[in-house]
Amino acid sequence: MVGRGIRDEPWVFALSVVGSALYGIGTAGSGWLLGRVTDSVLAPAFTTGTLEAGQLAWAVVQLAAVAVFTAIGVVLRRAAAGITMYRLQARYRRLVTRQYLRLPLAWHHRHPAGELLSTANADVEATWQVFAPLPMSLGVAVMLVVGVVAMVAADPVLALIGLAVLPALMAVNTVFQRYMSPRVMRAQALRGEVSAVAHESFDGALTVKALGREAAETERFATVSGRLREANIAAGRTRGLFDPIIEGLPTLGTLAVLVAGALRVRAGAAGTGDVVQVAYLLTLISWPVRSLGWVLGELPRTVVGWRRTNGVLQAGGAMTHGDGEPSGTGPATVEARGVHYAYLAPAREGAGPDEHLPVLHDVRLDVAAGSTVALVGPTGSGKSTLASVLVRLVDPQDGQVVLDGLDVRTLRAGAVASSVALVAQNAFIFEDTVRDNVTLGAPVPDSEVWRALEAAAVAEVVRALPEGLDARLGERGTSLSGGQRQRVALARALVRRPRLLVLDDATSAVDPRVEAAILSGLREGIGSVTVIVIAYRMATIALADEVVYVEHGRVLGRGSHEDLMARLPGYRALVTAYARDAADRARIRADEAGSPGRAS
Amino acid sequence: MSDGTPAQGTDGTRGVGGSRTTSTSAWATVRRGLRFTPEITRGLGTTLAIALLATAGRVVVPIAVQQTLDRGIRGPGGPRPGLVAVIAGLALVGVLISAAASYQANVRIFRATEAGLATLRITAFRHVHDLSVLSQNSRRRGSLVARVTTDVDTISTFVQFGGLMLVLSGGQILVATTVMTIYSWQLTLVVWGCFLPLFVLLPRLQRIVARAYLGVRERVGATLTAISEAVVGADTIRAYAVEERTQARIDQAIEAHARAATRAQVLVASSFSGGVLVSGLVVAAVAGVGTWIGMDGDLTLGRLAAFLFLVQLFTGPVQMGTEVLNELQNAAAGWRRVLDVLDTPADVEDPPDGVVLPRGPIRVRFEGVGYHYPGGPPVLTGVDLDLAPRQRVAVVGETGSGKTTLAKLLTRLMDPTGGRVLLDDIDLRRIAFSSLRSRVVLVPQEGFLLDDTIAANLRWARPDASDDDLRLAITELGLSDWVDGLPHGLATQAGQRGEALSAGERQLVALTRAYLADPDLLVLDEATSAVDPATEVRLQRALDGVTAGRTFVAIAHRLSTAESADLVVVVDAGRVVDVGTHRQLLGRCAVYQRLHASWMRGSTDQQPGIEVRGASSSAAPEAS
Repeated sequence: MVGRGIRDEPWVFALSVVGSALYGIGTAGSGWLLGRVTDSVLAPAFTTGTLEAGQLAWAVVQLAAVAVFTAIGVVLRRAAAGITMYRLQARYRRLVTRQYLRLPLAWHHRHPAGELLSTANADVEATWQVFAPLPMSLGVAVMLVVGVVAMVAADPVLALIGLAVLPALMAVNTVFQRYMSPRVMRAQALRGEVSAVAHESFDGALTVKALGREAAETERFATVSGRLREANIAAGRTRGLFDPIIEGLPTLGTLAVLVAGALRVRAGAAGTGDVVQVAYLLTLISWPVRSLGWVLGELPRTVVGWRRTNGVLQAGGAMTHGDGEPSGTGPATVEARGVHYAYLAPAREGAGPDEHLPVLHDVRLDVAAGSTVALVGPTGSGKSTLASVLVRLVDPQDGQVVLDGLDVRTLRAGAVASSVALVAQNAFIFEDTVRDNVTLGAPVPDSEVWRALEAAAVAEVVRALPEGLDARLGERGTSLSGGQRQRVALARALVRRPRLLVLDDATSAVDPRVEAAILSGLREGIGSVTVIVIAYRMATIALADEVVYVEHGRVLGRGSHEDLMARLPGYRALVTAYARDAADRARIRADEAGSPGRAS
Repeated sequence: MSDGTPAQGTDGTRGVGGSRTTSTSAWATVRRGLRFTPEITRGLGTTLAIALLATAGRVVVPIAVQQTLDRGIRGPGGPRPGLVAVIAGLALVGVLISAAASYQANVRIFRATEAGLATLRITAFRHVHDLSVLSQNSRRRGSLVARVTTDVDTISTFVQFGGLMLVLSGGQILVATTVMTIYSWQLTLVVWGCFLPLFVLLPRLQRIVARAYLGVRERVGATLTAISEAVVGADTIRAYAVEERTQARIDQAIEAHARAATRAQVLVASSFSGGVLVSGLVVAAVAGVGTWIGMDGDLTLGRLAAFLFLVQLFTGPVQMGTEVLNELQNAAAGWRRVLDVLDTPADVEDPPDGVVLPRGPIRVRFEGVGYHYPGGPPVLTGVDLDLAPRQRVAVVGETGSGKTTLAKLLTRLMDPTGGRVLLDDIDLRRIAFSSLRSRVVLVPQEGFLLDDTIAANLRWARPDASDDDLRLAITELGLSDWVDGLPHGLATQAGQRGEALSAGERQLVALTRAYLADPDLLVLDEATSAVDPATEVRLQRALDGVTAGRTFVAIAHRLSTAESADLVVVVDAGRVVDVGTHRQLLGRCAVYQRLHASWMRGSTDQQPGIEVRGASSSAAPEAS
């Protein structure tokens, strides 16, 4: 993984390593230089009481030069390490989001939105976080080598005594990591849980409020927050225990060096400068050595992050495309041949295999060019799923969908979308202007946009906005009512002049009067187009040449409205529900009032 | 804030206000934030005392070095290893005490801050739920989640890594300065002289760094918004094959973030290296000046060496301090964002000593009620209504006429900007939330479902409901057939945001849930708009039965509801234009007549609709 990162950004990374090396050499070098200056300039000066000004000046200049050298190393290391990290993050965020756009909807249905966002954000970040301290660690390695050489050069025995703390430091670090990483990982996991609870709870804020569940939701949130708090404290306690130990070890080394140094000096084996140098180097090195520990500390997070990121990157099952081109220029024909479709609901933790929820069974349907077909059926009968299959938002597990005589899977990518438009039940509005929400970036003149808005009966609403087509929609901008959003989505479909238009209860949030206006506008506006419309309303059904009745994921019958009324009791019950209800009420009223009511 | 989005209302300006970030305001933020989290400051004095003890232990080594050199090695009698061993032993004790103190201080700090931050998190979470629906809509929901997650985490991370360091740094600088002055006041002046320019420059640099960090945080938000479009709008993006355009938008946000982050990183690197540079120069200066002073016999070599160690003790915290202060800016930015939420007044507030309504059917009165969004045109004006207890009321009107606003005011999801709403003659604003929410329940159009089973979703309204209670409610609402038809009955998973169910099924769950809550006033806001007519009629009749003892208000999208209601309220362009029974209105209200005619055209295949249908019902040849 680290190797992969280096391969992706070799040059900037190399720069950061050079910076680290400069820093390492500079830091260790300053200790060595100080030792030499002590021996050759300071000690004689203090002993003899005379000082050669030139010599001292030269020593000071040397020390200053090392300082500048080190500082440059620091800037290089940190800036370049940051750039490496952020470039890698950006690169992998692009890769991950490309996957999101490539993977099929079935995959999206199995993954919570919050989780996908967290992978693109937090997981990618965690993966490359290790690159921040990594060059430093490499620099430290250089520093260690330089430092050790300098210490050994000063006095091998003292160096050995002093360096004895390094293995101990490493050992403590290893133990520290072993204790720390499960605690860090637990805290990380709990952070995810806290986020998930907050996400879900704020998402349903209206319902939470409407049902007066604020206190219970706060309780739920407090429980996970409490667990996170305990996990953080546990991690902090471990850190708090090991920090002083890791910090204190080099001090022990320094003290040992002093004791041994006194012996060595008495034995005449070492000079005072040697003792100072070794002791000084030891304190100097000990702090950066801890950065090795930081790298190790980041590793668990990095591994978890990379595992999740890679999971997305490796996910397969993207829709396959051929290179076919839909032939027609007029209204399209579309056909479903023996289509089966089931949703895969991911299993809850530890609840066994994924749940298979069959929705469509052996659906056969053909829609002639230029015809209007109404898809009618009770709630939950699979109409919306059939619509998604027909416009190839999802591929059926079995059977095929044929557009203009070609299996949609053999068509080139984007070919279906260029011929077909779906207006879904819940309109998705981008955080963008009205114009861009209609055109979605396609080069369409404003006059066309207005025509589409006009046909979707939403032009007046847009005209009333101060910025007109440039008004921003979405969470940050103007908020439209549900019905208005649907109509903007409708305009989005109409402006593309599709050859097949699928309306999935697309006018459900609209008052009947407005819907009537839209339906007649639709008829006049686009003319020659194949239309599949999912609806309950009689007026909508009345527009259709043919009605298809769906129940429990099966096509139970097709034909004219009158035909189905005569043949299918389920259909009859459904479409005449209001009329019968009104009649019943009228009869009851009539009975109560003892006078003839106004039957519909 | 630089993405050209015009600031909207109070929320927008608040966001912009966040940019006047200075290091003083970082401190102000911390001070303000501590008021919400007394846990952090509790026992802080003791913690600081312990921390100071831990710091004092650090000067042990330089003193040991000085003593060793001056008395142990270069003393009058030559090297004395015995004395050095004693010095080292004493130093060791000092180091151990310091380590123990440091552990104590660490643990105390973690415990205090984590407790405080958990409180902050929970307080902010609760406050978000207390904000009116209005405020929630005008902010990005994702950003609200960030306030109680990553923003708080930033503070936690800062405390874990830098909190103690910041405390210790101050102490260490103090202790180091004191001991340095004892050794040589002249050299101490040299050290401070070298660092003075840095101390002057740093606050200025901090401000720039803080701005850069704020920029980064904003870019993170923008990136998340862009990515969430690709995730939440996946259907639409595929249906229109606009993957490339979406990717371009995401790439743009990602690039902008990377650029901002890099800029901040370079700034931080520069400010840190400034510290490194000065530290190195200080060593050179001290060596030079120290030797020169030493000539006059004011300084021993041991003292000079000790001084160089002390300089390390001094420069270490100064360097780390700049680092920690940078991090502090980051944490303060997060803290400020959390406080911003807490500072947004909960415009719909639970009244202190709120009135508790007794159980029983509720009378509803609107007195001259008006509503307008801040800076927006009026949505509702001069609404006067009197709904008797046990009445079944239908509210009808065209899209955008103000029906939903009426429902939200009635359930106190928002407060009116004029007039008042009374339940049983008590102003809604005076009723305790606990009482209000248990007696008044609204079912919104888009019923929200938890990612759990249908049974768990139903229990959300009444956690103690038994399976039999659930069954009974379903049977009473006439929905048994539907539940029996589900693959696993009540144990069927609703999926992410209820996506395993159809829109109509989600509405059925939401409605059953509200019914289980057993309110005295039930308000449906187009709560069955996606349900098929047969089911809806069945449901409607069931509701007529089960709401008999309650007051029932339905915002109706279908006029069949109005026909069966005791009272129909007609809303047009933000005004109540008429109130009466279906038959009365049919005779006298033009708006209602229009709505009814349209409804008849839409819902039946007979009578008034003929002229529209006639043009298109025999449409087969026309299309080809």
